Amino acid sequence: MSVAASANKPRQDRRRRLLTRRDVLTLGLMLGIPTFIHVLLVWGPALSSIALSFTRWDGIGGLDTIEVIGTKNYRDIATIYPPFYPALRHNIYWLLFFIGVATPAGMFMAVLLDKEIRFTRFYQGALFLPVVLSLAIVGFIWQLMYAPEQGLINNVLGRTSQANFIDWLGDPSINLRAVLVAASWRHVGYIMILYLAGLKSVDASLREAAAIDGATEAQTFFRVVFPVLKPINVVILVVTVIESLRAFDIVYVINKGTNGLELLSVLVTNNIIGEASRIGFGSALAVILLIISLGFILYYLFQTFRKEMR
Amino acid sequence: MTEDASLRNLQGHGVVIERRTVLKGMLAASGLIAFPSLAACTGESSTGGSSNSVTFGSNYSDAVPKKALATALTAGEKSENLKVEINTVDHNTFQEQINSYLQADPDDVFSWFAGFRMQFFAERALATPITDVWDKIGGNYSEALNKQSTGTDGEQYFIPFYYYPWAVFYRKSVFEQNGYEIPTTMDQFTALAKQMQNDGLTPIAFADKDGWPAMGTFDYINMRQNGYDFHIALMRGEESWSDPKVKSVFDTWRGLLPYHQKGALGRTWQDAAQTVVDKEAGMYLLGMFVGQQFTGLAAEDLDFFSFPEINSEFGQDSVEAPIDGFMLSADPSNEDGAKKLLEYLSSAEAQATYLESDPNNIAANQDADTSNYSPLQNKAVELIGAADNISQFLDRDTRPDFAATVMLPSLQEFINNPDDVDGLTKEIEQQKKSIFAG
Repeated sequence: MSVAASANKPRQDRRRRLLTRRDVLTLGLMLGIPTFIHVLLVWGPALSSIALSFTRWDGIGGLDTIEVIGTKNYRDIATIYPPFYPALRHNIYWLLFFIGVATPAGMFMAVLLDKEIRFTRFYQGALFLPVVLSLAIVGFIWQLMYAPEQGLINNVLGRTSQANFIDWLGDPSINLRAVLVAASWRHVGYIMILYLAGLKSVDASLREAAAIDGATEAQTFFRVVFPVLKPINVVILVVTVIESLRAFDIVYVINKGTNGLELLSVLVTNNIIGEASRIGFGSALAVILLIISLGFILYYLFQTFRKEMR
Repeated sequence: MTEDASLRNLQGHGVVIERRTVLKGMLAASGLIAFPSLAACTGESSTGGSSNSVTFGSNYSDAVPKKALATALTAGEKSENLKVEINTVDHNTFQEQINSYLQADPDDVFSWFAGFRMQFFAERALATPITDVWDKIGGNYSEALNKQSTGTDGEQYFIPFYYYPWAVFYRKSVFEQNGYEIPTTMDQFTALAKQMQNDGLTPIAFADKDGWPAMGTFDYINMRQNGYDFHIALMRGEESWSDPKVKSVFDTWRGLLPYHQKGALGRTWQDAAQTVVDKEAGMYLLGMFVGQQFTGLAAEDLDFFSFPEINSEFGQDSVEAPIDGFMLSADPSNEDGAKKLLEYLSSAEAQATYLESDPNNIAANQDADTSNYSPLQNKAVELIGAADNISQFLDRDTRPDFAATVMLPSLQEFINNPDDVDGLTKEIEQQKKSIFAG
């Protein structure tokens, strides 16, 4: 920014003179209102969450009923709150599964569809269909598939009796995987459409050049197309991380995020929403989630700004 | 898309629209939209203050109770010359938002639950005492119900409307067919469960996907084994969860788990009840609302017995019977009208009107006409009448935050892994100390 400003100094002065008072007012409003809203809706809540995380408050009564208790909430979370570590583990597991399986699957689908195979529009539609559904709806649909006695999957497998049914969503050793399959069903379509848009923008001459040089399909993709699509790749990575960290609705509709489906986002909700909210405790959990997210957000900002500087 | 197209169209006809003009127009439009909605807000609250109009916040959101309540309130409007405005909210949402609801601008009268859950809000001055109403209607209720309606300060805050017992439900035809006897002690209960298993039935239907139904099992075993007083003291945080008495409750429960339906954590109570309807499972410990799942002939076939005795010192002296009713909000806009309405709702007539449409409960008023009751309802009246103690339910007898964030996951954990009772009770106790410290 500053580099650009000093280099273009004369032009900027001219522009400043061109601005009438009305322009200044308009610009001020156009910048001021969004800034105000941003501070009010993003920074305000974030900072107050951090402040509240050092307190105990049940959300009833005025600010004078808030009791400051230091880092007790954090100590409690780390020592005597059994769902915390499973939740952290599940969030990481979710992230790894999306990065390692669901996102590559979506990219693979995009590459296949980019080949203009027959019925490509139909496949695109079919894969993209789940994306228009909210994750909560996806949760409802898959609950029907996974139901122990009446569900489609157990019926297809012929395992519906008391003795041998598979309790897909109730058994904590498998239910997270079952939910990840359901969530991926939607995520794959999302990534597919994003990546397909990227692939369409790749200059055809690059591929031709690679083909003339004798590169195989795989080599063309990994050595030429993939590096060219770096901006898209970063976006996809960020989308994947955001989707993994904010995962909430699907487990919440299935069992309110208990019993093997704990996630940090759900713990925050379970502690804050409700009759006798543990606002302070929930805020401390939210701050932990914020810190984890910040790591990825900073990486993304670093990547984008470095690009602009160049 | 369409906006772009229309702009281009206008420009094509020689009219140039500046971006700034468009923005100004948008600002003006949004101001216009915002303004009337503000005006509407103030208009609404002013009508709420008129002399005979009472606002009513209801969580009776399912079709059957909603209609039943509307019928009862219409009768109340006529009898007390009031105009009642009902605001119905989905009952889960209502419960989750009760905190902010009561602190914002609540309705004059709102539906809620008896016991600790009522006292919690009474203590925080989010409800108005209605002791003067109770002076008039006190005779309508038994001593036990009076106790459940009284706050920690000795004033009454709650009008009981109906209640429903928790018990072990079964199909009469299944018991007749197989020659089963009603068990009254734990030994007989276990023997019956074994017998059912031999006969190819799942002895005890079980579901805890939503986390709360298993609380009923814990409550009953604890009350039968350690008595009502210990149970309530435990719920109020006065006893330790790592007490050997609590561990023995989990031990008893573990002994029964092999007779419970497997995969409970993936099943809703409706699905579990359905297996009793279909005669795949023999018994089911649940509230009387289980009747919603029984229709037609199955409904007449439904019966229940009290949870069996474990410790002869306590016998079967306690019944879990959650009471639903109504409270007066902290700053009602029409206090007199609201009190008149509450008085009406405590009458036998009002409760009978309600139960006509929703017969899975029994009236809280002890003078209520029972001639229209089904045999099941009459039996429920007897069961509760014979009880020395009435408990509400785990999530109504203890702090709501403790029930939701500690007990719910802990009981699920127990069902999953019933062998580590020591670790489990220690974890519960640590969290209890932290939560009850506030």
